[in-house]
Amino acid sequence: MKKPLSRRSILQAAGITSLAGVGGLAGRSLASRVGAPERMAHSHAMGVVGSVDTEIFHPGHFLESWNFSDLDGAERDAYYRETPQADGTTLREYELYAVDREIEIAPGVYFPAWTYNGQVPGPTLRATEGDTIRIHFVNQGTHPHTIHFHGWHSPGMDGSLPEHQVMPGAEFLYEFKAEPFGLHLYHCHAIPLKRHIHKGLYGTFIVDPKEPRPPAHEMVMVMNAFDTNFDGDNEVYAVNTVAHYHMAEPIRVEVDQVVRIYLVNLTEFDPINSFHLHAMFFDVYRTGTRLTTEEVTDTLMLCQGERAILETRFRYPGKFMFHAHQSEFAELGWMGLFEAIA
Amino acid sequence: MSAPAGRWLLALLPLVLLGALLLLIVRSDLTEAIQGDAPPVEELSFERVRLGDAGIELTVLNDGPDPVTIAQVMVDEAYWSFEQTPAGPLSHLESALLTVPYPWVDGELHEIVLISASGVTFDHEIEVAVATPRPSARFFGIFALIGLYVGVLPVAIGLLWYPLMRTLGRSGYDFVLALTVGLLLFLLIDTAHEGLEAAAAVAHSYQGVSLFALVALLAYLIIEGVGAWLRGRRPSGDREAGTAAWVTALLVALGIGLHNFGEGLAIGAAFALGEAALGALLILGFTLHNTTEGLAIVAPLAKTRTGITRLFGLGLLAGAPTIVGAWIGGFVYSPFWSVVFLAIGAGAIAQVVVQITRSVAGERELGTFLRSRPVLGGLVAGFGVMYLTGMLVG
Repeated sequence: MKKPLSRRSILQAAGITSLAGVGGLAGRSLASRVGAPERMAHSHAMGVVGSVDTEIFHPGHFLESWNFSDLDGAERDAYYRETPQADGTTLREYELYAVDREIEIAPGVYFPAWTYNGQVPGPTLRATEGDTIRIHFVNQGTHPHTIHFHGWHSPGMDGSLPEHQVMPGAEFLYEFKAEPFGLHLYHCHAIPLKRHIHKGLYGTFIVDPKEPRPPAHEMVMVMNAFDTNFDGDNEVYAVNTVAHYHMAEPIRVEVDQVVRIYLVNLTEFDPINSFHLHAMFFDVYRTGTRLTTEEVTDTLMLCQGERAILETRFRYPGKFMFHAHQSEFAELGWMGLFEAIA
Repeated sequence: MSAPAGRWLLALLPLVLLGALLLLIVRSDLTEAIQGDAPPVEELSFERVRLGDAGIELTVLNDGPDPVTIAQVMVDEAYWSFEQTPAGPLSHLESALLTVPYPWVDGELHEIVLISASGVTFDHEIEVAVATPRPSARFFGIFALIGLYVGVLPVAIGLLWYPLMRTLGRSGYDFVLALTVGLLLFLLIDTAHEGLEAAAAVAHSYQGVSLFALVALLAYLIIEGVGAWLRGRRPSGDREAGTAAWVTALLVALGIGLHNFGEGLAIGAAFALGEAALGALLILGFTLHNTTEGLAIVAPLAKTRTGITRLFGLGLLAGAPTIVGAWIGGFVYSPFWSVVFLAIGAGAIAQVVVQITRSVAGERELGTFLRSRPVLGGLVAGFGVMYLTGMLVG
């Protein structure tokens, strides 16, 4: 008997149908057009349902804070201290710890992350070229971890070789000069590398030039993704972890003000990610290591670990979409809105 | 203490102790100690998918031991808005309806992924998207017509061999009944195959294969009992032999009817799943295939005089369930009920096979009977005819 439920049978059916010829096909496509209008009414139902709890990690606060500027007073001192040096540079001391924590990456979807300081991405670190960076790292997690910085440093501070691994319960002091100026990153380099990165151990490291860039409305965007079922393929994409967060909570900017985006790609499993801004163009400073650029575009592609500083000005008030120009990533969470206010 | 009371106590005591043991297990930390920090076991099964102007409607069932919270819905790798009724986590064997306003595309493939609170994903592929038929006069009519072509008419045509049957001698009669058994054996294997295939699609908790075996066994025993009861009802004189033949024919018709019901379910479901494109060829194959079923019904009646009304009734009993099956399969298809109905069909056919073999062999020793040329030839011919016409259906 009968019932052709298998894929093979459907292909057979398609073969039979095609014998009916072009006339039949034309009739079919017309039929689908007739059926369309009512369904099209729902086409803006794309996006996640609900909202995340922002008590522990607030994407809006993360976006515009560095060196724990989202904490105040004594609480901030516990994680970050600045000490001016005789040569005019600054000693910046950080307390970073690795800890396992379940994080909410889309409304109601929880991911068993490995984090720096309980958040993904980890805290953004920011210094001026020539400053001394001293990081007291404690591994409170269940696996060996490290902090591997991009930037100039001695091999012993690289956090990458087997002997660099900081065992659970152990600690390590990373110290190096902040150089060169630019937009860098840090991530765990314990093996297996893929898992340690996609589980959430990464963050942004900004080194400002001695002569600072012009004032601007600055923000940090880490393009990341999560493989919730551990099949080597991401289920959730975002900037700064939470899927479609800025669709519901647009990033507010002012018309005519310079907006500077520190954009870092830390997406695991997919070879590249991208950034596209609607109705506008932006200047691209790749890796942020130069103060001038020739590159002006509205779509920028970055491979994993690659980063760029983007600068633009909003000409018009209103809402402007930004997202990965891989449509799949956009519809799986990597999409948001700017709202420019006159 | 009286003897009955003592018996009750003996029966209940182990049950009471079992209850106490279960309570102890639940109350103790044993389960927690075993489970530890292990993530929950989450399983969902897709029971039904409907496509319409409002988008995609999914009926899902929690098929695992732990509660499942559906956090987000992805269609074709895009998060999509959805509504769940009833809302909240699904407990073991609880089901919910998800309405997803997705602009699906006629004739194309769509992939649905549900993502749970813990990030586990559940996939379902809609191989060819076609609007699910809603119960309407038009679809009732279409399914009735399909059922008529596939079930009722071929069986009725097969019944027309009845006059020929009555001219047969002993060998011819043996041959035709063996042919019938061959046909039925084919249908039995076919129904069992379909049933077990459907069993694979049933939520694990319903244990599809065991469900199939249980229902088939019950159907066999019930029909055995009903047959015996019918035969025992009118034991008077010369009509006895006629009654036995009539009951056999009736049971053959019933078994075939149940089989055709399953066939109708499959056709209706295929139609509902958008595979009606097979259309003409499928119907042609079934029509040819099912004509032989009419032969199987009239064979036991060869030595009786049976009126046209009764023949008509038997034909209807065997053929009409195809229509009902197509309706049910088309509008409320579920793997669970497919397994149940196919199992009933398999049990019924198995009983009929045994019944016919018993009655035809009569006084003869079974081994000798089966080795006789007309019987061997009939069995092979019956199975072979079904196999060859079955190839048309594919």
